[in-house]
Amino acid sequence: MLAIGLGHYLTVSAFLLVLGVFGIFLNRKNVIVILMSIELILLAVNLNLVAFSSALGDLAGQVFAMFVLTVAAAEAAIGLAIVVVYFRNRGSIEVEDVTLMKG
Amino acid sequence: MITGLFFWVFSAILLGSAAMVVTSRNPVHSVLFLILAFFNASALFLIAGAEFLAMILVIVYVGAVAVLFLFVVMMLDVDFVALREGFQRYAPAGGIIGAVLFAELLFALLGWQFSTDAPVLRLSQIPEKIQNTAAIGNVLYTQYIFLFQMAGLILLVAMIGAIVLTHRVTTTARRQNITRQQERKVADTLKILKVRTGAGVQELGIYRPEPEPALLPAHDAHAAVPHLEHPEP
Repeated sequence: MLAIGLGHYLTVSAFLLVLGVFGIFLNRKNVIVILMSIELILLAVNLNLVAFSSALGDLAGQVFAMFVLTVAAAEAAIGLAIVVVYFRNRGSIEVEDVTLMKG
Repeated sequence: MITGLFFWVFSAILLGSAAMVVTSRNPVHSVLFLILAFFNASALFLIAGAEFLAMILVIVYVGAVAVLFLFVVMMLDVDFVALREGFQRYAPAGGIIGAVLFAELLFALLGWQFSTDAPVLRLSQIPEKIQNTAAIGNVLYTQYIFLFQMAGLILLVAMIGAIVLTHRVTTTARRQNITRQQERKVADTLKILKVRTGAGVQELGIYRPEPEPALLPAHDAHAAVPHLEHPEP
């Protein structure tokens, strides 16, 4: 029970990923919380990568986790910028209002 | 032993705060729970032996990304209560999809094994007697240098994109007009006069335009005093 192996890490990260996916469905109207849920999912991915890297003794996993982190930071910055611009134009951030490109 | 105990504590707090991120009513609370989740995930990274990534997670995620979220949540004047509508309506579908996903992950979790030649297939083995940060630096700047440069490029594009998206041209802002600046001649701005010895600047009338009569100091002060002595009833 108290000896920590790869399986424990994988279980925790599986829970985290499911919570993130659940959050996307639960907060379907609020873009900001959806972005936060995506951050949670990416965190679960990072946890998986680090756990495998540690279990196998391979540094590539940690390097890859770092790149995932980079992309996540860039995604958050661009996503929030889009949210801010959208709010300025429409005065709302409801996902269901985003119909301008419907044609 | 103690490591195992800490693992359970940190992962319990991580999962609890992740659940609070997605279910809490106030988005500000969501962001704060997200920060808590990041701290606990970084503790799990530390337990796994990835010290550098743990510190990066604290610096980049807590220091930059989560604060960015907090900033945007507080900047936008959104009625968050209205956004909560349909919470119960969406919960069953999300729960079902989450359960299915979790079941799939559980099947994968129960039925996997390492390939027999996994130790041979390692890309960059963790070296002995070198601390984690130095080891990552050794491979990141040699083996993965192009990917590293690409990551920098992605961050540059994200930075430029965010600035271009949110930049607003305001009419009230005073900015440099280079054409006007270059067209100015010395004759427009500078005048050379002969000044009598002992003459004051005011006497010559060159220093600045005459002030308003009411604002003149000294000999006009008496004119202002009666006005002060008899204020409006």
